[in-house]
Amino acid sequence: MKTPLRAGLLAIAAAALVAGCSSSSSSSPPAASSGPPSSPPSSAAAASFPATVTTSTGTVTIKAKPARIVSLSPTATEDLYAVGAGGQVVAVDSDSDYPATAPVTKLSGLTPNVEAIAKYKPDLVIASANTNGLVSGLTKLGVPVMIEEAAANLSDAYQQIEQIGVATGHGAAGQATVTSMKNQIASDVQQAGSGHKALTYYWELSANPYYSAASSTFIGQIVGLFGLKNIADAADKASDGGYPELSEEYIVSAKPQIIFLADNEAADGGQSPSIVAKRPGWSGIPAVKDDEIVALNDDIASRWGPRLPTLVQEIAQAVEKAAS
Amino acid sequence: MRHKTSAYGIAAAFLVVAMLVSALVGAADLNPWATVTALLHLPSSLDSLDRAVLFQIRLPRIVLGALVGGLLAVAGAGYQGVFRNPLVDSGMLGASAGAGLGATIAIVYLGGIGPSAVPIAAFIGSLAGVCVAYVAGAAGGTGIATLLLAGVAVNLFLTAVQTYFQQRSASDVQQVYVWLLGSLSGATWQQVLEILPYSAVSVAVVLLHGRHLDVLSVGDEEARSLGIRPDRTRLIVVAACALAAASAVAVSGLIGFVGIVVPHIVRRLAGTSYRHVLPLSLIGGAGFLVLADTLARTILSPAELPIGVVTALIGSPVFVWILRTTRSVRT
Repeated sequence: MKTPLRAGLLAIAAAALVAGCSSSSSSSPPAASSGPPSSPPSSAAAASFPATVTTSTGTVTIKAKPARIVSLSPTATEDLYAVGAGGQVVAVDSDSDYPATAPVTKLSGLTPNVEAIAKYKPDLVIASANTNGLVSGLTKLGVPVMIEEAAANLSDAYQQIEQIGVATGHGAAGQATVTSMKNQIASDVQQAGSGHKALTYYWELSANPYYSAASSTFIGQIVGLFGLKNIADAADKASDGGYPELSEEYIVSAKPQIIFLADNEAADGGQSPSIVAKRPGWSGIPAVKDDEIVALNDDIASRWGPRLPTLVQEIAQAVEKAAS
Repeated sequence: MRHKTSAYGIAAAFLVVAMLVSALVGAADLNPWATVTALLHLPSSLDSLDRAVLFQIRLPRIVLGALVGGLLAVAGAGYQGVFRNPLVDSGMLGASAGAGLGATIAIVYLGGIGPSAVPIAAFIGSLAGVCVAYVAGAAGGTGIATLLLAGVAVNLFLTAVQTYFQQRSASDVQQVYVWLLGSLSGATWQQVLEILPYSAVSVAVVLLHGRHLDVLSVGDEEARSLGIRPDRTRLIVVAACALAAASAVAVSGLIGFVGIVVPHIVRRLAGTSYRHVLPLSLIGGAGFLVLADTLARTILSPAELPIGVVTALIGSPVFVWILRTTRSVRT
């Protein structure tokens, strides 16, 4: 979703693409998250322009509080509304389906068209990848562009929300959103427990073939909060970017105790717990026997926005049930 | 005749060895000896989960791979005979592009119907692609070159439409790419049973026309003088090859190179007569794809490689080697 797509893509590269929901390798080094110049104390952050934010792809200066924001990233759209900048948003891309009030247009975040974006006369554009000459094109028009790439870890995701808050004149709300997310996640983790080292899980991104997410990925780190063991780690190679294609017989013989389906909604493959349970040879898997197949909200599970606590909660409930 | 017999022997041995090796290796690391005894229905140390892995996951995948490989190779050889052109393969005449378009539409618009929508749409799309190309080519006048060119044009057109649809949503793009790469992952006995009838009919029809293709290879005029109607033969063989390729594509996505490489290897072994090229391609293609899939699922075990990577990795160098060494061999 957030990785740039290239025509003629090598087959192996597609493995990383499939996983697509987050590309861990291309994101910022952890060092960048420690001290962005964009995080002034909350009281001063309220409306300090010009504002400068440093994303993983560069530093962007926003001269005045933006009033016409275009978002080309579903995650950025959710971030904008969460920090209270929704009223400043004039257009979002066709994949931005949350919140329902966001002004969805035909704009593509995948293959952005600078002219089509310019038609909305934006004073700030936020995207998750710099494809089709997005940054250079909009820079020529004098429009600042923030590239908020797929988060590599939770602190990246938090940082992006804070940055979007600062860039839109809602710095304090951005920090409050992050604090609230951290609290919710911490409380869910505390309740379900963080030391489930004996529990194994399989995270399904797609069936036929079976793409999964290893512990090194954004999503893997979130499940890792509970201490669970990921069966995909045995197959994790640098070339997969953390998203290996697993052999079906390995999945079965690894006997995962929980199966998370991130491909259960119609648009993502239409797999469901009952379909998984009926797969030939899968009936002996503990997760199938014990009815521990969790159909996740695919959108939340593939984004790194303000609804992450909901995802953590879904995982926490499954962990509690499996551990009991 | 003697070296024909040995060619059949080599092809059959290749298939049997490929299937045996494939049955014994895999990410589940089943004990090979226990696997053999389980396969022979003797007492075995495999527990019920291991048995499920062997009989419900590994074996159907091997059989499906053999079926798909055989179908693709036979379809490729048949098309090469019809078009008297060595570069033609099973994806010609809009077959691959039509299947891709069908699958893409199913992924983008019919995802809610369930996982079976994609194979059916790919099957229909593949056949429809060939129909459109055939009608377009036949309307253009005479000659196989026209038909072939019409096929290229239809392929490009359908690919463009497919690309248009796939770019509509980010999560769809991922699914479409995965499908386009081809895979035998998730093979089931049900899939084998579903494509078996189409496979049997199409393969039987193509094999029965080996002699006709031999006659056609000397020219339409000569064929007519021998009582064969070239246009009718071409239509029948194209239809049968289209059905074979569509059946394969429906369960495996787009797998390239089998339809072009295998028939050429067969010609090296057994000469250019289609009476032998077709059945030998069937057996050789089956063995080739089983072998390729075995590599695809074991090289990075427990991760897998897309099978298209393996077939192209083996297929491309082999193809170059063929080009460099077989200038004299006619198709």
